[in-house]
Amino acid sequence: MDQDRIRVQTEDFGVEEETNKIKQCSKRIGGIVTFLGTARDFSKGQEINKMDFDHYPGMAEKKLAEIREQALKDYDIIDVTIIHRVGEIAIGENIVLIIVGAEHRKDAFRACSWCIDELKRITPIWKKETTPEGIVWVEEHP
Amino acid sequence: MVKVKFFAVLKGLVGKEEVAVEIEGGTTLGQLIEKLKIDLPPLKDIMQKGGILISVNQEVVEKDAVIQDGDEIAFLPPFAGG
Repeated sequence: MDQDRIRVQTEDFGVEEETNKIKQCSKRIGGIVTFLGTARDFSKGQEINKMDFDHYPGMAEKKLAEIREQALKDYDIIDVTIIHRVGEIAIGENIVLIIVGAEHRKDAFRACSWCIDELKRITPIWKKETTPEGIVWVEEHP
Repeated sequence: MVKVKFFAVLKGLVGKEEVAVEIEGGTTLGQLIEKLKIDLPPLKDIMQKGGILISVNQEVVEKDAVIQDGDEIAFLPPFAGG
């Protein structure tokens, strides 16, 4: 089950399908919080035409699994899914999905927020943006 | 022999995705970096600029870590996932 809960993939994911998997894992779940990151067309005053994500295969999955395990230990939650897409991503498309199921909403919100912050901090994934002025590797993660 | 990988912006700056390096027993990561700066000159400026993490076998480590034959080392520019 863990392998399905942590994925780095080029293809898109289904938010509803992944939410249902979390919902079905336990009848104790009373709150599900979802973070869906999508590709926006504007960043730091520049128009963006498309983006590409590079990753360190193996280490990226390992770090996402560590984040999931830590969240399950530190928060009163029942299950977590973390999926990140890599490769070329068009504007408006999905990039990252985090779904946290818990008995109560507060823990689900807190865990979901912690997971995306931690993902940005420790996961070896990089973003290249194509703008009308050229190609830029993004170095900040607000 | 260790495998050294470069990701994202570093791939282009160094001009290589991966190199293999012969090491002697007891070599530290710091010593390997110094050797690589000579073999791959763009790496000198990159390391001076800072912000680069280095992993050994997919765990980020400090420069005093001792590396061993067969290790996989990676130069990781600032992460930007999410």
